[in-house]
Amino acid sequence: MPAYTVNGTDYEHDEEGYILDVNNWNEDLAKVIAQEEGLNMTEEHWLVVNFLREYYNEYQIAPAVRVLVKAVKKKFGEEKGSNKYLYELFPYGPAKQACKVAGLPKPTGCV
Amino acid sequence: MAEFEFETEGVKKTFTFMNRKAPYGTIYALEVLETVLISAAFEQHANIIFVDDGVYQIKAGQDTTAINMKNFSPTYGIIEMEKEDADEDDDIDMVWRIIVEKESLDARGLTEDDFKVSVEVLSAAEIADIVDASDCVISG
Repeated sequence: MPAYTVNGTDYEHDEEGYILDVNNWNEDLAKVIAQEEGLNMTEEHWLVVNFLREYYNEYQIAPAVRVLVKAVKKKFGEEKGSNKYLYELFPYGPAKQACKVAGLPKPTGCV
Repeated sequence: MAEFEFETEGVKKTFTFMNRKAPYGTIYALEVLETVLISAAFEQHANIIFVDDGVYQIKAGQDTTAINMKNFSPTYGIIEMEKEDADEDDDIDMVWRIIVEKESLDARGLTEDDFKVSVEVLSAAEIADIVDASDCVISG
């Protein structure tokens, strides 16, 4: 099984780069995953990632994009609360890419 | 090549999701739950109904450790959250109801306080009227 190595510890991931155990996640690991994805993590990126983690902890699945957009709108204001803005942060899609950085399993549906 | 056109803009239907089975042991409960969440993404009206052993799906205090399966009951919290959102936000044209059948509760010695989400308790006859008034019924 392939793995990310962070500070001397291996974190196994699947063939697409999603870590296998959501409980193993930490910020240093997130930085490494983000680097592999070619992302420069800004404060806004972290906000999305932390929101995804909190939502997952509470509901055991990733949120619908609509819910994510709404949460971002609340924190960053009207003009940033859009699907387009999320795609600027995560060019390969908030669902696929942000979940990967947040250590969540790959979202199953299209929503 | 054939061209397909889908005119879905503004289409709004009332879906009734009839949950009849215990949460674990079969895939029905989880599959219906996923469908409910998709209907939220498309802002459809939904009646989410729990009857027979289906009432156990939203029972509070589930522990699946012994059967080595993921406890997906926290995910039903999303249904409650979507419902509250739809009720409060005038921009969301979506009516959601979370309903439990009274006869099923009585037969199992449960009350509406046993659930992890707030529910309406209705009789089988009242639920029949809701089913009758729905555009689409999905049961599992």
